[in-house]
Amino acid sequence: MIRAQEIYKSFGDHLVLNNVTVEFHKGKTNLIIGQSGSGKTVLMKCLVGLYGIDQGEILYDARVFSKMTFRQKRTIRKEIGMLFQGGALFDYMTVEENIMFPLTMFSDMTLQKRKERADFCLRRVNLENANKLMPSELSGGMTKRVAIARAISLNPAYLFCDEPNSGLDPQTANVIDNLISEITREFEITTIINTHDMNSVVEIGDNIAFIYEGQLWWEGDKHQILNTDNKEINEFVFASELTRKLK
Amino acid sequence: MKLLSDIGKYLLLMKEVFVKPDKVRLFFRQMLVEFQNLGTDSLGIVIIISVFVGAVVALQTAYNIDSPLIPLTMVGFTTRQSIILEFSPTMISLVLAGKVGSRIASEIGTMRVTEQIDALEVMGINPANFLIQPKVFAAVIINPILITLSIGFALFGGWMGCVLTGSVTSNDYITGLQFWFEPFTITYALIKTSVFAFIITSVSGFHGYQTKGGALEVGNASTKAVVYSSILIIISNLILTQLLLA
Repeated sequence: MIRAQEIYKSFGDHLVLNNVTVEFHKGKTNLIIGQSGSGKTVLMKCLVGLYGIDQGEILYDARVFSKMTFRQKRTIRKEIGMLFQGGALFDYMTVEENIMFPLTMFSDMTLQKRKERADFCLRRVNLENANKLMPSELSGGMTKRVAIARAISLNPAYLFCDEPNSGLDPQTANVIDNLISEITREFEITTIINTHDMNSVVEIGDNIAFIYEGQLWWEGDKHQILNTDNKEINEFVFASELTRKLK
Repeated sequence: MKLLSDIGKYLLLMKEVFVKPDKVRLFFRQMLVEFQNLGTDSLGIVIIISVFVGAVVALQTAYNIDSPLIPLTMVGFTTRQSIILEFSPTMISLVLAGKVGSRIASEIGTMRVTEQIDALEVMGINPANFLIQPKVFAAVIINPILITLSIGFALFGGWMGCVLTGSVTSNDYITGLQFWFEPFTITYALIKTSVFAFIITSVSGFHGYQTKGGALEVGNASTKAVVYSSILIIISNLILTQLLLA
């Protein structure tokens, strides 16, 4: 479980996160949704420690992450997997080396064991035989899947996904969504997904936090979000003609 | 004010760079890769420039000696001194600042804008240490070797220029090369080279690491890396010359 407790974050005079308190549950796909510029990416970067917070606390299973030093944070960071928007695969490494990288850095596994683990992770994301490919040879969907494989290689307790569907066609986006959802349940991970893809919300939103103008505006699940009478939520969810008609 | 702020940021980054690597074995492996990226990949351009500039220095010296009181052996002597004291350590380092500096800044800058550095940080790895330290150590080790080769090839180029044009005989040139040789000049050249190698890699690494934005900013970082490295090389050249030769 990850909990953000009354957090504030500003850049200069611009207050981006304003007293946000939100909880993300274990074994569930927790979604952070909101319009562009609402502060959801900043919230995620604060949660993983890429941005420091001005006030408040971030807790990882009762461990106060936001008050830890760089060295202390490393213990928790080894339990974190993160899928970045563009994949963030290391260009100069093959797919296999990318997946083995966290294992090389943080485990005492032999090369053979690391290769076996990389194979397992690649099979899990349905990418067998891609071991020797370079990131430049991968399609958008493959890049995301390799990034997921790298993120789960160390058996993380927490998985962060920043816009996992951006730039993907609806079918591939669906595959990625289902993959993240399956992995979350299978390995009992606390998964946090930052998205504005309504399909993801309806498909895999176990727990949804709607951020509006830097504040937590609404919380619920995929069933509640379609029936809420919250004006801002409705404007966001039913923004297109198609979704209005479907409603 | 901006300059002071940049110096502060540079020093803070260096504090992060020069700590014990997370995995020493991986550090050495990465350093070997950098030997190739920063060293052997630059060998071609170093040899070509050294041979031709060596030839030009020898020929210009020969054409400027028109007094019968100055023996032609002075051509070899002057070429050697120019090459060892200034051309190879400073000029080749400036060339490397352009080639290697822009490579380092654009590589690290691209890693920054494509979130690869964020990925390292989220994994709990010190990205500054992981990315910049092997480059600095590799350059400080490999650049003196490159410069030693450059000296050799430039002196060979000078000999070739003299012999092929017939301006100085091979015997006179080689006698000049051996005349009044002070071994400390080599030490001086290698000390300068190591300092310049540190400047090139650390300053370029700093500019790459500070990149924010996209392709345009990566280009700007690359340009800044070359400009600032070159300026610092020139300034430190003056300081080192005063300290070591005065």
